[in-house]
Amino acid sequence: MNELKPILLIEDDSVDAMTVKRAIRDLHLTNQIIHLTNGEEAVKYLAHISEKPFVILLDLNMPRMTGLEFLKTIKANEILKTIPIIVLTTSKERQDVMESFDLGAVGYMTKPVDYTKFTEVINTIIIYWNLSEAPKSVITANDKI
Amino acid sequence: MRNSKPILLLEDDTVDAMTVKRALKDLQVLNPLVRASNGEEGLEYLRDTNNPKPCVILLDLNMPKMNGMEFLKVIKADERLKKIPAIVLTTSRDDQERIRGFQLNVAGYIIKPVDYTKFVEAVRIVHLYWTLSEMPDTDEECKNEKFQANSAS
Repeated sequence: MNELKPILLIEDDSVDAMTVKRAIRDLHLTNQIIHLTNGEEAVKYLAHISEKPFVILLDLNMPRMTGLEFLKTIKANEILKTIPIIVLTTSKERQDVMESFDLGAVGYMTKPVDYTKFTEVINTIIIYWNLSEAPKSVITANDKI
Repeated sequence: MRNSKPILLLEDDTVDAMTVKRALKDLQVLNPLVRASNGEEGLEYLRDTNNPKPCVILLDLNMPKMNGMEFLKVIKADERLKKIPAIVLTTSRDDQERIRGFQLNVAGYIIKPVDYTKFVEAVRIVHLYWTLSEMPDTDEECKNEKFQANSAS
């Protein structure tokens, strides 16, 4: 299981970040949340840690380095490119959806305004990626067998 | 799923393919299921412009002629096909294959539960996730269809 694996949340809006954290707490999930506010910070963070996050939740509209620029950077990195990146945004622009999948996003969720629905989205993302295997390079301790 | 496009299943084992079909039916997933029994057949389907592009691809790994990884490598190098989410559905616990899968940007890597009830639960989660997620446009001719979204799920 991946339950203890950290989730990296890249989100510049502090209210949205609080909502994600609260949703995870309300769902009694034990994942550690690392919250960073833009892509540049996240690239620096990922370059230094030994335990990689098991998924990255990525906002698109952020200062300094946008979500799409971040996606492009990570997917061009041989070590980091295996981390699943899920876009979590308010943008319903088809162009953003297309570009995200083009750049290797493995899910594109628009943030519901309603808190209960927002919780459902977060829950579904985490259940899905817990059902899925993680890339081996990300798992450090708890191998399945 | 978020739209009414077909689900493309690449599976050489007839019994396993039947199980997927049955699970989708039990979950009342309305998307048609297109089955290809190896990577070559899968590519043939995807490259025939008369066929609608699938919303997702469910992919077995061990198949004759062209296996799942070879198939993934081909579609992820193809600008028109690489956007389609491809989810590995396998019994293989091979570490190398798993890493390779994520390097090729799989949108999920699921070890098939042997127990049918658990298998249905796994398919239910896949269905739910890809109903909530937006989908890329892969057919030029039906760009607006996804806005009608949820009714298809």
